[in-house]
Amino acid sequence: MTLDLTTAEQAMLAGDAGPGTASAMRIVTEAAAILGAPRLVEIASAHIDGCLYHGDSGTRFAEHLAGAGARVRVPATLNIGSLDLLNPASVRMTGAARKSALRLMRAYEALGCRATWTCAPYQAGHRPAAGTDVAWGESNAVVFCNSVLGARTNRYGDFLDIAAAICGRAPLTGLHLAQNRRARVVVDAGGLPAGIRDDDAAWPVMGALVGRRAGDAVVALTGLEGFATEDRMKAFGAAAASFGATALFHIVGVTPEAPTLDAILADDPAPDRFALTPAEIAAGFALLSTAPADAPVTAVGIGSPHLSLAECRDLAARLAGRTVRLPFYANTGRHVLAALTAAERAALDDAGVTLIADTCIVATPIIQGDGVLMTNSGKFAHYAPGNIGHAVVYASLATCVDVAITGERT
Amino acid sequence: MTLTGRAVFAGRACAPLFTVRGPLSFWGGVDPATGRIINARHADCGRSLAGQVVAIGELVGSSSSAAVLLELVANGAAPAAILLRQVDAILVVGCLAAREIGETAPPVVQLGALPEAVDGTVLRVIADTAHEAATVSPEREARRG
Repeated sequence: MTLDLTTAEQAMLAGDAGPGTASAMRIVTEAAAILGAPRLVEIASAHIDGCLYHGDSGTRFAEHLAGAGARVRVPATLNIGSLDLLNPASVRMTGAARKSALRLMRAYEALGCRATWTCAPYQAGHRPAAGTDVAWGESNAVVFCNSVLGARTNRYGDFLDIAAAICGRAPLTGLHLAQNRRARVVVDAGGLPAGIRDDDAAWPVMGALVGRRAGDAVVALTGLEGFATEDRMKAFGAAAASFGATALFHIVGVTPEAPTLDAILADDPAPDRFALTPAEIAAGFALLSTAPADAPVTAVGIGSPHLSLAECRDLAARLAGRTVRLPFYANTGRHVLAALTAAERAALDDAGVTLIADTCIVATPIIQGDGVLMTNSGKFAHYAPGNIGHAVVYASLATCVDVAITGERT
Repeated sequence: MTLTGRAVFAGRACAPLFTVRGPLSFWGGVDPATGRIINARHADCGRSLAGQVVAIGELVGSSSSAAVLLELVANGAAPAAILLRQVDAILVVGCLAAREIGETAPPVVQLGALPEAVDGTVLRVIADTAHEAATVSPEREARRG
């Protein structure tokens, strides 16, 4: 199949907009050809996941684009980097790697991206309108953007995300096409007691169960109307995209493309259907944990995806002037730190909470040594064992706070 | 027996086959400095992809796998060639990025079925033009007797 390019796209490829844009356009058009896309689609915005340091080559790539004069053509936010720029001492990277990680972050700023440094850009003012095409990276941001905002993106990985932002174009394929956004799996949560559906801690568990079962299929959930807050959908999507490869879910009666189940069901073949049971949710807490039940917790980590302002305020209220005994890491974005009042910030600092911004504890060296991490995040539960060598105990926020204060499992 | 597939990323290679057992994620699964499989739960943990014709039945995991492949290329620890059943736009973007910074990335070939030869069999991969036919065949004379 040949890729049909507009005159403007051919000009970018030919170098009319400079060598940096031509380099980005070669990547976008080659990716489109590999995916079998017939043409490119103009995008309204991008979220860039290439700024986490994996080695010097990524820095060379970003500096190659910036040095060749490339600039993003659409508004683009940045996902986390490997350093906390607001509190550099938080991160234990040293030497050449630290310097290269900082150069990588600066190169993405030089490309014209906004220095948001958050995996929750949708809570930092980046909210594309329903139905618009965008190119987003970071699996939780992708699934939130598609599902909760109703904007259209595929899972854009490192390098293709920034290339798309520079060209303002992405391959027209996958979830950019309406027919691929219809549900092939229907999950009924209506049989769960309201107490479970109204429990924040059940949402990452439901996400992990749905992700494991559905893989990368588009999912429609029923029975959650009246329970689905934005932060709960954020936590659900992050877990579903970690334990599976969910890029789009619909919650009937809640998310923009699913006013009814019929409105969003794929016609053919008949969708796979299953129901969530209270027993599965109960077992799911163990599924998200890797540590034995009696293992002593050595640290608590929350905020993957990054905590919203409401979640930070909730944390401060639950601490209620008490002090944590265990290291307690609350990961959030600089947009939230800027919005906290001085009193709210002081309450968290005085309680002994370590606020991490611009990065997170599972993506870069922050926590020392081995140990057992307690978390209310499905995404941390999935990645902490492999990334930072910590076993995980999954628990509600209430338990996380209690254990951090008493220093003991209760 | 010669297998015919589609060149996803162009190039040529002649190297021993390594068929990865089970799904593989490059990010978190492969050491970007050495090419060794580091996921302790993986059946081939400890083996290296470097310099091999690596056949992968199923790619899984993070969108940062392209970054790991680029780092392998830059460190001289990349596979000699990659054979896939399903095209993955994430991993192959690592090859596209490598080309833009002047590195030579391995050819990537999509095949209907992966080679049945035993690991270590030297294969010749000819994938001269992207999106056109590519061949994978045993280099018998080279290793017999």
